[in-house]
Amino acid sequence: MFPKFAPYAFLTPAMLIIGIFVLLPMIIALLISFSQYNMIEEAHFVGFDQYRRLIQDPFFWNALLNSLLYLVVVVPILSLAPIFLAVLVNRKLRGISVFRAIYYLPVVTSLVVTGLMWKWVYEENGVLNFILERLGLLNEPVAWLATPASSLFAVMVVTIWSGMGFYMVIYLAGLQSIPKALYETAELQGVSRFRQTIFITIPMLRPYIALVAVISSIAAMKVFEEVFIMTNGGPLSQTETLVFFVYQNAFIEFDMGYASAAGIALFAITFLFSIFNLMLLRDTTPAR
Amino acid sequence: MPPPNIRSSYEHIVFHRSRENMVSASRMFLRYVILILVACVFIGPFLWLLSTAMKSGSENIFQYPPEFIPHSPTLENFVRVFDALPFLTYFANSVFVAAIAVSCNLVFCSLAAYPLARMSFRGKNVIFLTLISTMILPFQLMMIPLYSIAVNLGLNNTFLGLIIPHACTAFGVFLMRQSFLTIPHQLEESALMEGVNRLQIWWHVMLPLVKPALATLAVFTFIGVWGDFLWPLIIIDDQTKFTLPLGVNRLAGAFAKDWRLVAAGAILSIIPTIVVFLFSQRFFISGALKGAVKG
Repeated sequence: MFPKFAPYAFLTPAMLIIGIFVLLPMIIALLISFSQYNMIEEAHFVGFDQYRRLIQDPFFWNALLNSLLYLVVVVPILSLAPIFLAVLVNRKLRGISVFRAIYYLPVVTSLVVTGLMWKWVYEENGVLNFILERLGLLNEPVAWLATPASSLFAVMVVTIWSGMGFYMVIYLAGLQSIPKALYETAELQGVSRFRQTIFITIPMLRPYIALVAVISSIAAMKVFEEVFIMTNGGPLSQTETLVFFVYQNAFIEFDMGYASAAGIALFAITFLFSIFNLMLLRDTTPAR
Repeated sequence: MPPPNIRSSYEHIVFHRSRENMVSASRMFLRYVILILVACVFIGPFLWLLSTAMKSGSENIFQYPPEFIPHSPTLENFVRVFDALPFLTYFANSVFVAAIAVSCNLVFCSLAAYPLARMSFRGKNVIFLTLISTMILPFQLMMIPLYSIAVNLGLNNTFLGLIIPHACTAFGVFLMRQSFLTIPHQLEESALMEGVNRLQIWWHVMLPLVKPALATLAVFTFIGVWGDFLWPLIIIDDQTKFTLPLGVNRLAGAFAKDWRLVAAGAILSIIPTIVVFLFSQRFFISGALKGAVKG
């Protein structure tokens, strides 16, 4: 049929690239995390020293806490809110594709531009303060990004804003899989649209919610650009996330071993959180 | 249960119908109101950026309450961007990097996907599972060793170093494999009968049949590479090799107070993305259906 080497020949370029630039770095990262390495001098083995340093470093705990807070706030919102968005645009209405496109636009926008755009929106004399004051929600302008109490949440809003459209599309796919008969029955029994969403749509979307929870938690742990562009970790390290911590230690301090240890911690947390999400959403039987 | 009163239940239906028409008209109106309000949340920041970029130097952009519509709209800020920084170079760099990255992905991913979908050979499952599992590895963890590998290979500050980690993605291989699986076997078998080799089958038979998947992959890769910031930030120091996200970041750093200029530069940098997006919306939907992951 075909020569024995044929499949391997097809696979070679991909395996070389992914092997050298994904798998190899992964193994090296693990090795570096057990050594002292600054890119100039030879790396030398230090055992678990870097991990010990991490545990004693208040800045690491601060970054870890910020990242966990990020997970706890952003993931539930990004797992549920896009369902309503998907339901909203899942109708044959005139111009609906324009609305879908608008909701998706932030997803394709580079995060550098998104970050700058929102920095400008959050400006003390900016539009957000103006709108909130007009709506009577605010008495005086707030410097959203410069105030320690609000800065992390302000950054979270940007992450949520730029991710919503992506998850909306996943849920749109999920909505196609729900039998129409369920809604027809509910309609006959006079169940309101809102209650239909809560009691039919959301339970039926459970596998999709699991998928979105996993993807969005991985994304939440990777947050970097928003922080780098809008706050650079400030004020008072309030918006320093784990990835930002890794970046700073690796490429500003050139403390590669230490940064790698933090990176491994980041990976472990992401991995555990993904498994936790999958178990949480798999073990419960779908509601009737 | 009381016996059903036929007449009154009929009246009930008639009453219900006409009421429903009114309800559905007002419901329709309400739905558009909600759609538009939500749209404002998503497009508002873009419009505010555009408005700022079109304000002339005589207008105070920090005034409060803010002015939504520029007094005398101008395009001069867009011109000034090119004087302030070599934006044309950044633009050309971004186009070059994106074009190479997209081409590499199309070729390498579909090459690798073909045997994974269509041939049986030793180690197939191990290779496939290894590929798929790399999707969960965070780039942020790999960037440290990646940087040192790139430095050792002399790839720092080069486009090759910038592109090569993105030249083939596990997601792309997965996407192409899934679409190869949907092609009927007969097409390949009849080609094999005629003594055509596997590479020719891949090129002449398989690829033309998976054009939508190739388009999806191209669009996703383009958007990802065009907006990529962290890896270029690490690997590129030479300002003549900056891509647009680095250029916009530099603009924001150098002209921090001149938001008109920063806004104009930011808008210029996303125009190609928006154009590509508008012409390829359906591929985004189909890509996400297959479980695409951004970034």
